Amino acid sequence: MEELLLKNIRKTNYQNISVYVADGGYQALKKSLFMKPEDILNEVKKSCLTGRSAAFPVATKWSLTRQNSARPKYIVCNADEGEPGCFKDRLLLSRDPHRLLEAMIITGYTVGSQQGYIYIRGEYTNESQIVENAISQAEENGYLGENILGSGFSFHIRVYQGAGSYVAGEETALLRSMAGFRPSPGIRPPYPVKYGYLGKPTVVNNVETLVNIPTIVLNGGDWFSEIGNPDYPGTKLFCLSGNVNRPGVYELPFGVTLGELINEYGYGVRGELKAILPGGVASGLVTDLNIKMDYKSLAKVNSLLGPGVVIVMNKDVDIIAISIHTLEFFARESCGKCSVCREGIRAGLTIMNRFARNEAELGDIELLKTLRRLMYDTANCVLGQAALNATVSAIRLFRNEFESRVRNQSVW
Amino acid sequence: MVTLSINNQKVVVPEDTTVLEAARQINVNIPTLCHLEGLENYGSCRICVVEIEGEPRLSPSCMRTVSEGMEISTNSKRVLKARRMIIQLLLANHAENCPTCERSQNCELQQLAFELGVRENHFVNMVNKVPLDMSGPAIIRDPNKCISCGRCIRMCHQIQSVGAIDFMNHGTDIMVTTALNKGLGNVECINCGQCIHVCPVGAITEKPHVDAVWAAIQDNTKHVVVQAAPSIRAALGEELGLAPGTLVTGKMYAALRRLGFDAVLDTNFAADLTIMEEASELVQRIKNGGILPQLTSCCPGWIKFAEHFYPDLLPNISSCKSPQQMFGSLVKTYYAQQKKVEPAAIISVSVMPCTAKKFEAQRPEMNASGFRDVDYVLTTRELTRMIKESGLDFAGLPDEQADRLMSRYTGAATIFGTTGGVMEAALRTVYKLITDTELSHLEVQPVRGLEGIKEAKVNINGMTVKIAVAHGMANARILLEQIRSGVSPYHFIEIMACPGGCVGGGGQPIGYDMVLRSTRGKVLYSEDTKLPLRRSHDNTEIKEVYKNFLGEPLSHKSHELLHTTYINRRNKK
Repeated sequence: MEELLLKNIRKTNYQNISVYVADGGYQALKKSLFMKPEDILNEVKKSCLTGRSAAFPVATKWSLTRQNSARPKYIVCNADEGEPGCFKDRLLLSRDPHRLLEAMIITGYTVGSQQGYIYIRGEYTNESQIVENAISQAEENGYLGENILGSGFSFHIRVYQGAGSYVAGEETALLRSMAGFRPSPGIRPPYPVKYGYLGKPTVVNNVETLVNIPTIVLNGGDWFSEIGNPDYPGTKLFCLSGNVNRPGVYELPFGVTLGELINEYGYGVRGELKAILPGGVASGLVTDLNIKMDYKSLAKVNSLLGPGVVIVMNKDVDIIAISIHTLEFFARESCGKCSVCREGIRAGLTIMNRFARNEAELGDIELLKTLRRLMYDTANCVLGQAALNATVSAIRLFRNEFESRVRNQSVW
Repeated sequence: MVTLSINNQKVVVPEDTTVLEAARQINVNIPTLCHLEGLENYGSCRICVVEIEGEPRLSPSCMRTVSEGMEISTNSKRVLKARRMIIQLLLANHAENCPTCERSQNCELQQLAFELGVRENHFVNMVNKVPLDMSGPAIIRDPNKCISCGRCIRMCHQIQSVGAIDFMNHGTDIMVTTALNKGLGNVECINCGQCIHVCPVGAITEKPHVDAVWAAIQDNTKHVVVQAAPSIRAALGEELGLAPGTLVTGKMYAALRRLGFDAVLDTNFAADLTIMEEASELVQRIKNGGILPQLTSCCPGWIKFAEHFYPDLLPNISSCKSPQQMFGSLVKTYYAQQKKVEPAAIISVSVMPCTAKKFEAQRPEMNASGFRDVDYVLTTRELTRMIKESGLDFAGLPDEQADRLMSRYTGAATIFGTTGGVMEAALRTVYKLITDTELSHLEVQPVRGLEGIKEAKVNINGMTVKIAVAHGMANARILLEQIRSGVSPYHFIEIMACPGGCVGGGGQPIGYDMVLRSTRGKVLYSEDTKLPLRRSHDNTEIKEVYKNFLGEPLSHKSHELLHTTYINRRNKK
């Protein structure tokens, strides 16, 4: 299908504003500035564009922020791509930075904000430099800054680099990090649209979500709404990695099956398929290649789409090691605030290490399931709620591997 | 107003009420751990979760505000199970040496585990032992017991505006510590010990001097002298079988004597002496155009705060030592001389409501007598433990008198122990010094009570003296900022680091309960009214010490023994 998101990434020197402009760049901004903000909002609404991480309608988020009477308002682009196996935003930031800027300026114009921030993950030093350069170029050429293109509208963008914390990708934690605090997720409600950066109404959108905006403005919401899956129009970037023959970023409609993604685009599994993490380390493992990659279908099998990170594992992979690996990741990356998350992960890891040493008790399997239930029930943010997802889904799919690691009790 | 139902019981509360508050209104108790009245809500422990009809997950009641038609269960099977398991998880990463822990039987985690029916733990203990922070002069932190509830941090930042501790690292490595893990002794900690009061477990305690004091008492070559601060008598009975609000001066003397101290004296004597010196200093500053406002100097927590954060205001602080240190330097000079005891043989012990006093006693310059002026400082809690250890039936002890020479006191001295008390006491003597007549109405109501900042104007001989009182360092900061920016209208400001003053000091019986602190303050105000003498300058022993030893207030000898200097700690490496 036609690429909407990745269409420019193979073009040379596209980070240069003259190349971008010559290729039709900033036309959407020009068009927007002649439109009424409510008309742009209406087009976005018609497009049915949803946020690419939690499927929240973009137009709703924007209009809630727009309606709020508090000033100033902020636009924050979440480029804290911290999910293991996720490398799609990086591609857009480094190969097509102006489109992101253009999208943010249009967003600012639509919701009535004059200040945008791009929160780039600390490890992305190169990408951060590219975006900074793009900002200077846009400012020099009048697309960004005071009185953009003589329209009277002013908008500024600054880059904020995180210190490399995974949980800072959660929007309330991200906003706290920007304000100089520890990135621990806040309690919602209130949501950022009402109480965001520095307590002001804030739109937080992901890079992948925002990059759709210029296309929607140029071609109209109706056009966009007919692309791909009618439930979730537009395209989705899938980051395919692990034991596949051709890992990479693939732009496909929502609802593509795992089998198509892995076999047609990833050229098949390297080795014999064992399990797939379809939505990053927070998702539950699946084995069925017929599962459709959309929010509803994955929820049905107790997993989630997350940011579209598909990690494929073959039969050489030890499922106990994978569980431990995800838990070690969460132990390191949890903010550590919630007792259940912090101590639950620590306890989960202790139990899993017993399995690794073949010293587990039979009750440990049930204990892990109860622990996962507790964490889902009581942890503040999705990190804690989902930390044991991979482990418990592994128990469901590969129970015999767990049972075989239980300490042999018949010593006598 | 919002109507909701909690455990099938209807409750109508204002908007913005939390579910926790709404439940308490109908006497439904939801257990809490990281939540504490007086501190901002934090929502980290998840103990207070409740089940809300129609929601997929449980919700923390301390953070959740009510909404119309909510149906809440605070004790469903799911909720109770979750709470038990959270306690189990916390216990699994908690150094469970409960029987030998200082907070045993006074520990919120222990109590919750008991009350919530936790009788076993599915999770093995996985505490990764790390060293204790012993670097501070007064406070010990045991990270192995810490459950990361953040109450100490909120106290240190929000109430005390010090910020000596905060969370470091994240994930399972999270810990409460000082900047760069340097230890409490090497950062801006003011040793106020309010963190001890809010810690639900035994992760923060005072540096104990009990064993050293026992050793001194048992050493026959030593003459062990003890002084007890004003606020001890208002709180000591609480953990010894007497009702809060009981004045125990006589029993306190009796207990100290039975513990084996060679002389039982009273810090209150030195409080009267402090007033003589500090009031004279104020009058001198006012008459000679000295630096104003004068700030009180009896609180060592506040002094260290000033040395770190307001070194530019050090000239405003009275040069008077605190009563503890005035007493200390006199006990090894005046007392030794009068009682014909070798000063080197004297061990000077104080009982203080305070952890910062331990630090103050160790300050290098506090050796005016030629010796360490105060050798050991016991907190109220430590004295309580000594009394229990020695098997005394405190409640049944007779009322006794203290030994003579440095123990008689007036009402002015006893109210030193509560916020506003030093100010009132000083005014009584300032009035006399300026007018040479006695102040007829002794009570200054506007400086009493628990308001964070209190102010009053007092007419002395046609001159309006403006005074202010602050307790809790965040409140004091407001007055200090006024001075710094040159807009402070006051002549005299009293500052005490702890909320409530010394009655709420870091060494008092555990708890951040402002009502209890206020009760203790009232005990002192009531003792003031019952004492025959209520003005420091009327104290006969004070008259004696000036006649026989010091000469007069602000004399050369007074300056040598009773006054001190301060250090700029701002750029200290």
